[in-house]
Amino acid sequence: MSSREIWTLVHGLVFGGGFLLLFSAGFQSLINLRAEHLSETGLRIQLRTLGAVAWIMAATAWVTVILGTYWVYPWYRAVPPKTLSSLQEYPKYFLTQSHHPGWHTFGMEWKEHIAWLVPILLTASAFLVTRFGRLLAADARLRRMVLFLFSVAFFGAVVAGTLGALINKAAPLR
Amino acid sequence: MQSNTDTTDTLTNGAAWAAILAASVGCFSFGLLVDLVELSNHVKTAMIFYTPVGDLSGKSTVAVAVWLIVWIALHRRWRGRNHAKAGMIARAAIFLVLLSMLMTFPPLFDLLG
Repeated sequence: MSSREIWTLVHGLVFGGGFLLLFSAGFQSLINLRAEHLSETGLRIQLRTLGAVAWIMAATAWVTVILGTYWVYPWYRAVPPKTLSSLQEYPKYFLTQSHHPGWHTFGMEWKEHIAWLVPILLTASAFLVTRFGRLLAADARLRRMVLFLFSVAFFGAVVAGTLGALINKAAPLR
Repeated sequence: MQSNTDTTDTLTNGAAWAAILAASVGCFSFGLLVDLVELSNHVKTAMIFYTPVGDLSGKSTVAVAVWLIVWIALHRRWRGRNHAKAGMIARAAIFLVLLSMLMTFPPLFDLLG
């Protein structure tokens, strides 16, 4: 494996995959965060777990988008020399000049943009869980709002992760 | 031990809604920048903060800056307060987040370009 392939794997599978795995734990904890269903000790334990999961997810999302944008993406969009006959090592140009330019014009364009919404929404969610956990347990509207932010972030991560995997299949970074 | 101010902050919902609204404004500003870059070559050039990454570097940096500035401003203004109109803030935040997702959807911003 080349170093580019390893970095792409770290970006997509280690951080991106780890994030997606944590989502179900965070989502379930948020749904169950109801003051009327939890004892004082239960609430404290639930908030501690949820806070840890939420901050790990937020940190993972930041690392994934920053690594993806500033480390992996420049390889993807590198401009090939004019004399080059094969574009295999220049994924953006390889895709745009192939029979399926949509992998770039739709796939990569959507992936690179929607991914940046994820860490913003998750940082807000993590802040709310750690600082206003007890209020979230008591206030259904506030809790539903955090669930909404959390769910949108998950949707964004699924879109970015799936498109990233498919694009890397169509034009692997080597 | 928590200070009185901290305790008041966590019992009132003002700072919580400040965080939510600021995140939605941050997302919206990113969506807006994505569309503005498609509309204007001047904006596109201005958003290239780091050449290897192109305009994505500027769009993401500016949006994160807007999010943090709005968050700090709203937090200072709303902490220690209870929002009676939380429903209105919730609707505005949902609208902005959904709009930002629409604005970053390529078929839409391709129409602008």
